Amino acid sequence: MQPDISVKHLNKVYAGGFQALKDINLEIHPGEIFALLGPNGAGKTTLISIICGIVNKTSGEVRAGGYDIVKDYRKARSLIGLVPQELSTDAFETVWDAVSFSRGLFGKAPDPGHIERVLKALSLWDKRNNRIMSLSGGMKRRVMIAKALSHEPRILFLDEPTAGVDVELRRDMWEMVRKLRESGVTIILTTHYIEEAEEMADRIGVIRQGEIILVEDKTRLMTKLGKKELRLQLQQRLDRIPGELTLEPVELANDGWELIFTFDSQQEQAGVARLLRTLGDLGIEYRDLQTRESSLEEIFVGLVHE
Amino acid sequence: MNLHGIRAIYLFEMARMKRTVMQSVLSPVISTCLYFVVFGSAIGSRMGDINSISYGAYIIPGLVMLTLLMQSISNAAFGIYMPRFSGTIYEVLSAPVSYLEVVVGYVGAAATKSTILGLIILITARFFVDYAILHPLWMLSFLVLTSVTFSLFGFIIGIWADGFEKLQIVPMMIVTPLVFLGGTFYSIDMLPEVWQTISLFNPVVYLISGFRWAFYGVSDVHVGISVAMTLVFLAICVGIVSWIFRTGYRLRT
Repeated sequence: MQPDISVKHLNKVYAGGFQALKDINLEIHPGEIFALLGPNGAGKTTLISIICGIVNKTSGEVRAGGYDIVKDYRKARSLIGLVPQELSTDAFETVWDAVSFSRGLFGKAPDPGHIERVLKALSLWDKRNNRIMSLSGGMKRRVMIAKALSHEPRILFLDEPTAGVDVELRRDMWEMVRKLRESGVTIILTTHYIEEAEEMADRIGVIRQGEIILVEDKTRLMTKLGKKELRLQLQQRLDRIPGELTLEPVELANDGWELIFTFDSQQEQAGVARLLRTLGDLGIEYRDLQTRESSLEEIFVGLVHE
Repeated sequence: MNLHGIRAIYLFEMARMKRTVMQSVLSPVISTCLYFVVFGSAIGSRMGDINSISYGAYIIPGLVMLTLLMQSISNAAFGIYMPRFSGTIYEVLSAPVSYLEVVVGYVGAAATKSTILGLIILITARFFVDYAILHPLWMLSFLVLTSVTFSLFGFIIGIWADGFEKLQIVPMMIVTPLVFLGGTFYSIDMLPEVWQTISLFNPVVYLISGFRWAFYGVSDVHVGISVAMTLVFLAICVGIVSWIFRTGYRLRT
């Protein structure tokens, strides 16, 4: 299957000599939600900006829907919708005019019916005649999404789409993103909220200092790099870890009242059974136990600080 | 060709004119009316004819040209500077529009606005001074050609400027003096010989002279030279704009 976005050996060196992207290779498949994670200044926005035509690449090849973004820029760009990170909106135009402008700019004939559907889907219909300057930050963010969707893009870039929006709006946006994916739109999102990527993404890419250090299916990533933790609340306090357990990844917590066993998600069955058996043999009793899985955030932090 | 894209930019810019009708239309019309009242009616009535044309009528082409140049530059410069300033330029840069289409949209709208304004001022002038237009088609051609040329110039300023101050510097510090010294209020024949020679280096002299010829059939320089000089300036602006888009100067990093 031809990827919707194909990036090969992409490099970007800014005029001052700063290399923002180093030999990026990436493929994004049709209909998936791809989350690009990385710390501030890692190169996420530069990568998106190059694909969308806002920033010039230094070298390499980028294709959208099979079209080269430079040679076939018209075809490539007409497939793409972009919601940038900054709240860059017009101030004096009405919501309707601003969204209609975007549709025309992308070469589509006026279609009031489509604009109406987009505005209704984003709960902007009641605000259609309001000037954008009179809207709240969250509403302006919705306007930007409406503008990006006005020309019915096949590929949608969301650069930090929920930055600074309230929880309710964030949930609404997640719902909208899922619906878009169901309709066949490929979605690439960058986010600081790892919870967002964990909630929505099919695949995760991690970028650090201009290099893609990992691209993996989310579930596989969580299994492969995720850790599980078993916490046992003991009946009797332990002064130290018994000798029989020193080879296990265990530690004492809560002043000796809690035993924590950390293990790879993939090895859970064997490790937990062995630990509980050993505790039974040693006569160490516990009154409660909980397991906890490491979040994508913990995996991400571990990756970018390696 | 992305005709919908051109139309979108053009209508978006024209809508700005509608929203700011006081600033875009009324303000320059009132300013020009004041010139007609002061220089045309009050002072003009005490001055002799120039080339057998009453002073009030003589200054009309120059005053229209003054507004035309200032408004063309200002409209186009603001048109492209505002999206750069607000950050909404990302949308134009990421859209499937060619450089030419972007320029046609922005410059076309700016030139339309200033052409309309020029015509409004001409109509308004009729309330103050009697005048005739000997070559109406040439007059209209000069009006449109000058609007387009200086809108392109304004577009360049709007790309070059990195602050509101710079947007004003060129029109106020360069264009206004050139217009005032370019024969708006006098014929350059009235100047000492050395200043006549110096005036010929002022490109606005050719614009006003050609425009005045279209009204009264008299000019400081031959009308062919006026047309040629305007086209040369147009060609220079087109060259700079195409360089801007080719290199991404101040638009794409």
